[in-house]
Amino acid sequence: MKVLGTDLAEVVDLALQHAYLAGVPLLLGLLVSLPLGWLALRRRWLYPPLIAGTGLLYTIPSLALFVLLPGILGTRILDPVNVIVAMTLYTIALLTRTVADGLGSVPDHVRQAATAMGYGRLRRFFGVELPLAVPVVSAGLRVAAVSNVSMVSVAALIGVSQLGLLFTDGFSRGAMGPILVGILACVLLAILFDLLILAGTRALTPWLRAVRG
Amino acid sequence: MIQTIWAWLSEPTNWSGPGGITAQTLEHLRLSFIALVVAALIAVPIGLYVGHTGRGKVVLVNVVSAFRAIPSLGVLLLAALLLLPRLRGELAFELPSLIVLVLLGVPPILAGVYAGIGQVDPAARDAARGMGMTGWQRLWRVEVPIALPLIFSGLRSSMLQIIATATIAAVVGLGGLGRFLIDGQANRAYDEMAGGALLVALLALVVDMLLGLLQRAVVSPGLADDERKVS
Repeated sequence: MKVLGTDLAEVVDLALQHAYLAGVPLLLGLLVSLPLGWLALRRRWLYPPLIAGTGLLYTIPSLALFVLLPGILGTRILDPVNVIVAMTLYTIALLTRTVADGLGSVPDHVRQAATAMGYGRLRRFFGVELPLAVPVVSAGLRVAAVSNVSMVSVAALIGVSQLGLLFTDGFSRGAMGPILVGILACVLLAILFDLLILAGTRALTPWLRAVRG
Repeated sequence: MIQTIWAWLSEPTNWSGPGGITAQTLEHLRLSFIALVVAALIAVPIGLYVGHTGRGKVVLVNVVSAFRAIPSLGVLLLAALLLLPRLRGELAFELPSLIVLVLLGVPPILAGVYAGIGQVDPAARDAARGMGMTGWQRLWRVEVPIALPLIFSGLRSSMLQIIATATIAAVVGLGGLGRFLIDGQANRAYDEMAGGALLVALLALVVDMLLGLLQRAVVSPGLADDERKVS
């Protein structure tokens, strides 16, 4: 089926690759930022270097990072791994501060109550502190998801296959149809990611629903 | 890799002339600053209005996040296809890029200004009102100074994104540091691409540092945000 001169099956295929390139880094970035954010909060002297250091990652333009990573990682320039690594770095840049802020927002008396109930450090972290930080972390994750989806499309300039190829293809052929379809598909994908994160947050924070009634 | 980049960067002929590094860096800065100023002219008044009156909060938050989902590359190429045949001369190339950069620059500034004004302690507002300040005076003499750190963080993240994205303007034939990335790829010259990439990253860092210094000079010392103050 064709829409605006664009093969729909191809769009779906590109969208799946796009979702993979934007989604996997989101999970990897979250996995790295959790311990980093925790460290930044627990060891005060680590806070400035960790937060400023990860923040610096965000100053590197995506196109520049896509180009520089093959030289650093020894990968080929067209390798999707470059995009995954770059997007993971951006996710870490956005999330480390959010995780630290989220964990920092857990009130002290809650932490003390958990300790008084006999929670060890690890169990207190996973059973009390992390769940309570979920709303703040999820807000950061939503920003990261949307910006990842938009940034991945830039990788089309170096030829990595995803929705961005619709932009470069359409432009080189002087056809507006594929570009419009590509923009729409990107926005829809971003909305889908956002809804998934919202659903996950809801499932992880049943007490918030209880309060709202 | 470091040697090839260094070889390209230390070659004097690469720096001079109309297509040289110096000229392209200045062109990159010129475009980025125009985009930042236009974005600020649009975003600051709206952010101040919403933050001060509290009207239109929901719309603003949704618009900001919706704007972030729009892929810049797509909008740039679409705008170029639409405008290139209709405009003449340099403007035909610059306008599509400027449109995209401004679209990209508005949301972070909006968010910063609005959040900055919104987080002003209600006690400070009440005190200003109690001192007999008019709405306009409260905004300029109390709320804006207190909001400055967040306003600056909005401006800085806007500038970072504009500088990063200005590189893709080279795709539609514009100058700037993106030229080295795009031309380098066309000529299969990795040293040129990597050198250009490094220069953009450095430029972004330097400009952010300068804005940071400006922030330190402008923000009242009592408010200077200590990075260690978390909770």
